[in-house]
Amino acid sequence: MNYLPMSAIESRGSRTARAAPPKINPKINRVSTESKLALTESLLMSVEVSECARLCMEWLGKHIGVDKALCLIADSSQNRLIPLAHWGMSPVEIQEPSPELDDQRHPLVAAMAKKHPVTFYGNFTNPHNHAGRTGESRFEAISLRGAGEDDNVAGVGVLLVSPIISRTNADLRWLADILGRVMWLRFRTHSLAEVERVLRRERGLLYNIVNTVHDPIILTDTEGRLIISNKAAELLFGSREEESEGRRRAVALNNTFLSAALSRRALEEPASLSRELLLVDPVEGSDLFFELSSTEFSDVHEGTGVVAILRNVSDLHRTTQELEENYRKLRTAEAEVRSERDRLDLIISSVAEPILVTDPEGKILMMNDPAERLFTVPPSSTPEAAQTVRANDANFSSFVSNLFFLSEGRQHHGGISLVDPEKGTPVPVEAFSAKIISQQGELIGIATILHDQSEAIEKARLYEQLQRVSEALEEKVREATAELVRQNEVLRRQHMELQRASALKSQFLASVSHELRTPLNSIIGYTRILLQGVSGSLNPQQLGNLARLDANAGHLLSLINQLLDITRIEAGKMPVNLVRISISKLIAEVMSEVEPLILQAKLEVTTEVTSDLPEVVSDPEKIKQIMLNLLMNALKYTPAGWVRVSAAYVPRPDQIAITVADSGIGIAESDQEKIFEDFGRADNSVAKGYAGVGLGLAICRRLSALLGGKMTVTSKPRQGSSFTLALPRSGRGQ
Amino acid sequence: MKEPKTKLILVVDDVADNRDMYAQFLSYKGFQVALAGDGQEGFDKALQLLPDLIVMDLSLPVMDGWEAIRQLKRNQSTKPIPVIALTAHAQEDVAGGAREAGCDGFLTKPCPPDELVKKIIAMLELKQEEVQPRAARQLGVQ
Repeated sequence: MNYLPMSAIESRGSRTARAAPPKINPKINRVSTESKLALTESLLMSVEVSECARLCMEWLGKHIGVDKALCLIADSSQNRLIPLAHWGMSPVEIQEPSPELDDQRHPLVAAMAKKHPVTFYGNFTNPHNHAGRTGESRFEAISLRGAGEDDNVAGVGVLLVSPIISRTNADLRWLADILGRVMWLRFRTHSLAEVERVLRRERGLLYNIVNTVHDPIILTDTEGRLIISNKAAELLFGSREEESEGRRRAVALNNTFLSAALSRRALEEPASLSRELLLVDPVEGSDLFFELSSTEFSDVHEGTGVVAILRNVSDLHRTTQELEENYRKLRTAEAEVRSERDRLDLIISSVAEPILVTDPEGKILMMNDPAERLFTVPPSSTPEAAQTVRANDANFSSFVSNLFFLSEGRQHHGGISLVDPEKGTPVPVEAFSAKIISQQGELIGIATILHDQSEAIEKARLYEQLQRVSEALEEKVREATAELVRQNEVLRRQHMELQRASALKSQFLASVSHELRTPLNSIIGYTRILLQGVSGSLNPQQLGNLARLDANAGHLLSLINQLLDITRIEAGKMPVNLVRISISKLIAEVMSEVEPLILQAKLEVTTEVTSDLPEVVSDPEKIKQIMLNLLMNALKYTPAGWVRVSAAYVPRPDQIAITVADSGIGIAESDQEKIFEDFGRADNSVAKGYAGVGLGLAICRRLSALLGGKMTVTSKPRQGSSFTLALPRSGRGQ
Repeated sequence: MKEPKTKLILVVDDVADNRDMYAQFLSYKGFQVALAGDGQEGFDKALQLLPDLIVMDLSLPVMDGWEAIRQLKRNQSTKPIPVIALTAHAQEDVAGGAREAGCDGFLTKPCPPDELVKKIIAMLELKQEEVQPRAARQLGVQ
């Protein structure tokens, strides 16, 4: 409310007072009806309350003749009782009392609530209810009321008047009444306009607010008729003639969806519900997702209706879908991780070696069955087993912690002494630990594999044992070898000695042979000289003796030659000259050589040589020597009968058999081996009387062996003997 | 001067009995005989006498038979003289060694004197055939 400032009021009042100072008695009610009508008219004409108050104060001074008058109005906007207009007051007196309306103890505020005028002492600005100093001025306060003395109508102001005349002056009472009514009317008109203005403003504000909200807001009545909608809602649900067909159709569709949603909501659901609504963007044509919040409301004047707020959740929906998709992916990934982990678990549990995964604090996160056997207390555990497990744990933890303190790198390995909790046997293990580092380079765990060393240690032990045995064996072999070397040396020396002895023997025999031949040469020589009559003629007896001397010398020579042959064969110095020869020719040669002896012997001597006799490769001189020896023996030991020389081919084993058989004195079986020995002539009575050396057959057998053949004999005493030389067809020397 | 048909045989042997025995028989058979008891003496006598044939024992003192034969065969005047090695050594290698030394014949003791004479005659006949042309040539020159 606009009021004129007090100074303006006062100056006008004082000027008026100076202009016309009428002198009338205010205690007399003598105001004319015309004056009242004039005032009433003026008041009706006035719009401003302050103007009305000024007119009334002026009228009081001029027509009633009061000394002083002041009109105060209850300004609800300031919550104060403020002065509006006055009459007859000095500028000093005009001090705004402006008490607060709530201050019920203030005399003026209290007076405003009274129906009847209240008398005060003092001046307007400092009133009190009891008489103070003598001659102190008095005034009265009259409550200004819109509805007269109606108790229900509050006072709109207070009129202070001096002197006190209200009881006697009806005009004053009339004025107070009319001023109260005017002020009350003016107040009321003014506040209605104000309320309308405020309402309009607030309504505009509300519209703006509603329109600025991006969410479509719709207010419908219970029949679904649209009451209020904001711009966002109009975009979706409002259509105009000039718009395209497509857009109109989209809007129609949206309206259908909305009413369906609202009606369904109204039918089925309790108040205030959120639901999803699919609408079409009339401009873009794309799908829009809205969350529909509808609330039923009731108004005293308007009845019930529905407020629907649509919240565009297209982004939310998309985000939700993305979230769901991500969640689904997450689930898939999780499943993959789980299956990966299962596979890893399977791998780890299928490994026979204990595997443990620990966190950086050393707590075991994961382990396979073999590790559990070492690091968990078995079900039927003894206190010892539990203690063993704790000891294992401690050893293992101290090893893993070494990875931080000792090892710079990511890996660490070393031996740990563990004990099998069930068996109580020691399990020496080689542990290989590796840090598990995340992609961010942060240590997230430690994986450890324990490699059981028992077997390796056992192998090493066995290997060592084996090596010891092997070394012992080697030592024995060395000793044996040394012994062999020693023995070999002994043998070598013995062999050398034997060789030397053999050489000495050969040398000795050669020397003996030489030394024997030399005198024998003289013996034989002189004997021949005598026999040939070089020294003169001899008688028959002398000749006979010399012949015997010659024969014995010949015998001695033959003995010496045979000794030499044996010596040569024994010394390996008998040369063998292999040539291709015909045995039949050889036999013929031998037979012609011994022919004088055969003729002399007067025996039946025959030769039998088969026609298929193949050639042989051998030493013809040695064969001749053998055959001569055999033939000489046969002729010598066969007093009468026959001698047969035969030769035949024996296919198996590819040999030539040369046999000299006779019908002579024979050899006892006991002597049949003895005759081949050196000087082994059969010492039986039958052989006595025969000259012989006893080396012939020994040489024959040696020569046979030298040619790769064999000499055998079959004989029966007094029936004859049969000596056979078996010769290989392809001869070989020795 | 010796008879043209009487051949001079030098017998070298360290055993006196053998020398005597062969000398008796060779003389009986009409040969002239010269004797030596060791290799050196044999070689010296051969150079001095230039015999028709030399019978050389091998095991000899002073100079052995092998060396004597080698020296005889090295000397131009004695080289053509046939040498018969006569030894009591029966080993084959002895005969080989003697042939290597340059002997023309080889006999093993005991060797009866009649067999030695057979060998000497055989060798001298062979020699006769060989030397005949040379003798004729010498006559022709004269």
